[in-house]
Amino acid sequence: MILILDVLLHLAIWLLLAPLLPGIINKVKAWVAGRRGPPVLQLYYDLAKLWRKGVVLSTLASPGFVIGPAVGWIAVLGAAMLLPLGPAGAVLSFRGDVLLMVYLLALARFCTAWAAMETGSAFEGMGAAREVSYAVLTEAAIIAAVLSLSVQSGSTSLVAMLAPAAGAGAMLLAAGLFTVLLAENCRVPFDDPNTHLELTMIHEVMVLDHSGPPLAVILHGAAIKLLFFAVLLTEAVLPLGKLSPAAAAGVLLAGVMVVTVGVGLVESLLARLAFRRVPLLLTTAFLLCLFALLMAWKGGAE
Amino acid sequence: MNESLNFLIGLAMGLNLLALGSSRLPAVIRAMSLQGMALGLMPLLMEDHFDWRVSLVAVATVAGKGFVIPMLLRRAMRAAQIDREMEPFIGFVPSLLLGAGGTIAAVALARQLPLLPEHAGSLLVPGALASVLTGFVLLIGRAKAISQVCGYLILENGIYLFGLLLIKSTPLLVEAGILLDLTVGVFVIGIIVDRIQRAFDSLDTRKLTTLRE
Repeated sequence: MILILDVLLHLAIWLLLAPLLPGIINKVKAWVAGRRGPPVLQLYYDLAKLWRKGVVLSTLASPGFVIGPAVGWIAVLGAAMLLPLGPAGAVLSFRGDVLLMVYLLALARFCTAWAAMETGSAFEGMGAAREVSYAVLTEAAIIAAVLSLSVQSGSTSLVAMLAPAAGAGAMLLAAGLFTVLLAENCRVPFDDPNTHLELTMIHEVMVLDHSGPPLAVILHGAAIKLLFFAVLLTEAVLPLGKLSPAAAAGVLLAGVMVVTVGVGLVESLLARLAFRRVPLLLTTAFLLCLFALLMAWKGGAE
Repeated sequence: MNESLNFLIGLAMGLNLLALGSSRLPAVIRAMSLQGMALGLMPLLMEDHFDWRVSLVAVATVAGKGFVIPMLLRRAMRAAQIDREMEPFIGFVPSLLLGAGGTIAAVALARQLPLLPEHAGSLLVPGALASVLTGFVLLIGRAKAISQVCGYLILENGIYLFGLLLIKSTPLLVEAGILLDLTVGVFVIGIIVDRIQRAFDSLDTRKLTTLRE
C-alpha cells in the first residue's frame, strides 16, 4: 500500500510539476524583455487543447509515427523514476541503475528521431541528424559526469551517488551539466525553441508534422526531460544527503528554480551560436565533466 | 582545508579550458583574471592560523591579477582599437584537446613525482602543470599580441601555483617583487601594443617577422 502511494506521489510530482518549468522560463524571458508574457500555466492549457484535437496522419507514415512519441515519453518518465527526488528517494533503485538511466535517455532520443523521419520530409530528417550529432557529444559529457559522481561516492546507484556533494569538482560539474542541460533540451545557445525557420530548427523541426495527442505527449516529455536535468544538476552539485528531509526538499526546490531562471536568463541574454561553434561548446562541456572525473579520481586519493 | 583548496584548483582548471575555447579576447581576459583571483585566495586557505603577511600577499594578488592587470589589458585594447576576435594558428577544438590532454597527463604524472606527504592529496602540482601547459598552448597558438600576453599570464599563474607549495619558506619580499614585476610588465606591454599597432597597422605577430627600413 505504502509502495503504491509512493509510486503515485512520484508520478504526480513528475507529471504535474514538469510543465511548470517552460512556463517559468517564458515568464523570465518576458520579464527581461519588459513584456507581460504568457501565463505560467500556458503549457497546461496547450496540452489540454492538443489532447482534445484529432491527429493528422500522413499516408506514408507507419505506426512508428505514433508509437515513437509514446515510447519516448515512457522512456523519459522511466528515467525520471530512477532519479531520487531529494528526501523522497527514487521509485526504483538498484546497483547500476545509472546505466539504465543513460540508456533510457538514448532510447527516448532514438524514438523522437525515428518518428521525425516517418513522414519522409527532408526538414525533419535534417533536424533528426542535427539532434543526433549533438547527442554524440552531450552523451559523452553525461557519462563523464556520472562516472565522476560514481568515483566520488564509490557507488553505481543513483540514490547513493547523488546524496553526497560532488566534492572538489563541483564547480566543473555544475558548468558542464548546465551546458548539457541547455543542449539536451534544445535551448539557446544550441537551439531556439521559438524559431520558426525550418532550416535552423533542431528539436522543433522534428515534431513539425505531429499533431493532437502525439504532439501533446512530445511536449510533455520535453518538459519532464527539462525537470529531470534540473533535478540531476541540483542533486549532483549540492549535498542534499547531509540535510534534514525538510531542508533537503526546500534546497532541491530552490535549486531547480535557480536552474530554471538561469535557463531563462541565458535565453534572454545570449544569442544562439552558429552551427560550427556548437561542437566547440559541447566539447568544452565534455572536458569540464572529464576534469570533474579527474578531480574525483585524484582528489579522492588522500 | 584540502577540499576547498582542490575546489579552487578545479575552478582554475575549468577556467583554463574556457581561455582555450573562447574566441573573443575579453572572454580570455575575464577567464585569466578570475583564475588570478581564485589563486589569490589560496594562501588564505593554506594557513591554519591568521598571518598578516600571507593575508597581505593574498590581497595584493587578488587586486593585482583580478583588477589591475585586466584593466591595463582592456585599456591597451581600447587604445589600440583591437577588434576582439582571436586569430588562432591552432584551431579552438584542437587547442582545447591539447589543453585537456596536457591536464590529464599532468594529473597522471603528478602521481609519479616524489612529493612531500602533506602535498600528496592536493591537486596543486597537477593544477600548476596544467596551467603552465595551457599558457604554452595559448602562447603558441594565437596570433594577436594581447592574447599571447594572456597566455603568458596564465603560464605565470601556473608557476604561482607551484610557488604555493613553498609559501612558508618564501619571503614576502619575493612574492611582492614577482607581483610588481608582472604588473609593470603588463603595463609596458600595453604601451608596446599601442606602438606595434601604429607601426604595423595590425597586432598580428606574424607581420613582425618582416623587417622594415
